[in-house]
Amino acid sequence: MIVEIGHFALVLALVAACVQGSVPLVGAQRNRADWMAIGTPSALLQFIFLAVSFACLTYAYVVSDFSVVNVMANSHSQKPLLYKVTGVWGNHEGSMLLWVLILALFGALVALFGGNLPAGLKARVISVQGWIGIAFLAFTLFTSNPFERIFPPPLDGNDLNPLLQDPGLAFHPPMLYVGYVGFSMAFSFAVAALIEGRIDAAWARWVRPWTLVAWVFLTGGIALGSWWAYYELGWGGWWFWDPVENVSFMPWLLGTALLHSAIVVEKREALKIWTVLLAILTFSLSLLGTFIVRSGLLTSVHAFATDPERGVFILIILLITIGGSLALFAIRAPQMRSGGIFAPISREGGLVLNNLLLATATATVFLGTLYPLFVEALDGSRLTVGPPFFDATFVPIMLPLIAACAVGPLLAWKRADLAGALGRLKFAAGAGILVLLATLMFADDGPWLAIPAMGLAAWLFVGAASEWAERVKLFRAPFAETRRRAAHLPRSAYGMTIAHMGLAIVMAGIIGASAWKQEEILVMQNGESIVFAGYDVTFLEMRRIQGPNYVAERASIRVEQDGEQIAVLTPEKRFYPVQGMPTTEAAIHTTWLSDIYIALGDEGETNAGEAGWVVRLYYEPLVPWLWVGSLVMMIGGVVSLSDRRLRVGAPQPKPAKAPSGQAVPAE
Amino acid sequence: MRQRLLVYLPLLAFMVLAGYFLWGLNPDRNPSIVPSVLIDKPVPETSLPALAGLLQPGIEPASFTIGEPVVVNFFASWCIPCRAEHPLIARLAEQEGLTVYGVNYKDKPDAAFAWLEDLGNPYHAVGADGSGRTGIDWGLTGVPETFIIDGEGVIRYRHVGPIDTTILEERILPFVETLR
Repeated sequence: MIVEIGHFALVLALVAACVQGSVPLVGAQRNRADWMAIGTPSALLQFIFLAVSFACLTYAYVVSDFSVVNVMANSHSQKPLLYKVTGVWGNHEGSMLLWVLILALFGALVALFGGNLPAGLKARVISVQGWIGIAFLAFTLFTSNPFERIFPPPLDGNDLNPLLQDPGLAFHPPMLYVGYVGFSMAFSFAVAALIEGRIDAAWARWVRPWTLVAWVFLTGGIALGSWWAYYELGWGGWWFWDPVENVSFMPWLLGTALLHSAIVVEKREALKIWTVLLAILTFSLSLLGTFIVRSGLLTSVHAFATDPERGVFILIILLITIGGSLALFAIRAPQMRSGGIFAPISREGGLVLNNLLLATATATVFLGTLYPLFVEALDGSRLTVGPPFFDATFVPIMLPLIAACAVGPLLAWKRADLAGALGRLKFAAGAGILVLLATLMFADDGPWLAIPAMGLAAWLFVGAASEWAERVKLFRAPFAETRRRAAHLPRSAYGMTIAHMGLAIVMAGIIGASAWKQEEILVMQNGESIVFAGYDVTFLEMRRIQGPNYVAERASIRVEQDGEQIAVLTPEKRFYPVQGMPTTEAAIHTTWLSDIYIALGDEGETNAGEAGWVVRLYYEPLVPWLWVGSLVMMIGGVVSLSDRRLRVGAPQPKPAKAPSGQAVPAE
Repeated sequence: MRQRLLVYLPLLAFMVLAGYFLWGLNPDRNPSIVPSVLIDKPVPETSLPALAGLLQPGIEPASFTIGEPVVVNFFASWCIPCRAEHPLIARLAEQEGLTVYGVNYKDKPDAAFAWLEDLGNPYHAVGADGSGRTGIDWGLTGVPETFIIDGEGVIRYRHVGPIDTTILEERILPFVETLR
């Protein structure tokens, strides 16, 4: 019964979406307030129906109702409750339901908090949100219905893929989806603006917080996925340039560009056409991700059950959504007037450089990801594009971006003084050189590029901090003055500083982990000791343990340094009988500067022919900084979101220029 | 005017892309199969002891240059699809008259011996690759996998996964004909 309620609520959500997609839009075109007002209740209703539907599916999972095909295929009565709940979105059908739920949530948020939007814009935005809802609700209902029944019901389920039974992965999809789907807001605002034929500073001010929300969650989702791959897959790697990773990374890159270009629209009324295009493309890349992951178009380690019929359906959705919005863009964009021309050396010039580099980086990842498809279509040959391509193309684009990232915030709007800005970065330059020299001394091997790159990370970190110090006149004015300035600095300025510092930390993590990683694979026996990366590692014992829905072999491995015990690590090799699948549980000891990472392999033979266990040891310098840095970037985003200007939302008259004639505080 | 045309560029690019996507959705296409880089390369240095219990020789580098095509089949007793394709491997060796070598991959010798006792041994030689080292040299992605080597010791064809009748009759046998 509950399952039928869920199914019915899903149908009702589609009906609500149809109303939401049509009535407010027609009302806005005919300027009828009563029709436009339908937008709010219909968006709220669509969300409520979907919430009910989602709750019903979750219920079916929690009580293990195996008469539902979806539950049968992805759950098991012995599974821990947490994974029963997360199993709801650990499969194609359930994850689609989560996808549309989040989409409806964003629609409902505009309906609730968009009170200060002009009625016409609000109605159009809600309607465009409704169209996307119609498309994906129809897709879910007609090709991926999670509420289908099976008769007779089996006694027990097939269990969830053991790799997905993990707390890290439990929250990876919801965060990623909030990110992906969150960009639908920027898209809806862009399409609504194109229909209206008008974009102004206020438009950018409304779009930015939504984009920022999506960006914060996408950052978290990607970092969580990477963290999961790191400790669960047992390869000691955290990014593989796999197509499915790339399709989540592309909207992130372009969304980052959008965040920055929207500032230019807001402050200078320039870059309007470009910003609208970015908004459309960012969400298009999110949709493309959904399509690629679920259609089996490219080969990937992440496999949803793929189905060509679903692929065709999503392709049609893409044609209508992306093709339609780009056609609208082509017709309407020439009518939009952009603000004046600007000097290359200025804040807006810096933001354009940021956009150029980020868009190029996105194009590079895009090409690398889809190149195998293009080649195969043209001459039938199959190939894969791997990390060497991305290392060779992506890194050279990112390095100038990092270098410029410290300078840009110090430039004034309209016309800036580059020499002056560089002069104010003397501490950053000093820190960069210092770190470069220190790296040169301590790093005995690894690629040479890693050494200046570490200096660059320090340059950005200190550069971001100096920009803040500059603004509050740290050490240059009396302390009280500094405190007063710090308190009055807008939160968005703090957000920027924090996010840029987070980027510097992530960058250091990436360099450290790629350049100075050490690994060793060997067969160890009980009591055997080896020296690895300056640690004494002793294999103590092997034990068999019983988990709730798995059995495992667990090794105890002691790690010592200078005769002192640091940790006893217990990597496991698990076997899940229901799915017949083994997984590795790596054991990690972190010092926050580096990780000692141990994964357990099969039984093997030593060189002397004696039985032992294959042990993979990794020394991963700076890897923890990846996660810390990502978190810092997210905090930066949240701090920026809490800015009064965005909370209040309504466009306010611009504050008078700071009398000092210095850079006006902004992002 | 230039700008008017320029704004159509994203739409145009997307349409071209959509064309590729439509092509890519062809259900006969399986992107997860990447051809072996070993195609048209000499076989990796392979020297394996005979499977314990069998009265056959092992596999030597010279085994691959006998002047006629050779089929190399990687199998294991723990592998269910290997069991499924086993009758077709027997057909290759017994009815089609091909020289077929087996490489017993990451297996216990007694289990493999019992498996061959049970299902019959169609192989002209069975090498034991208990450590999986030979599998790595050959770029194995799993078992079963089947390679066709021409009489000069050059790998000409690779099939990933179990062989079924269609694959045998429409791909493998015609391919062997071209080598003969």
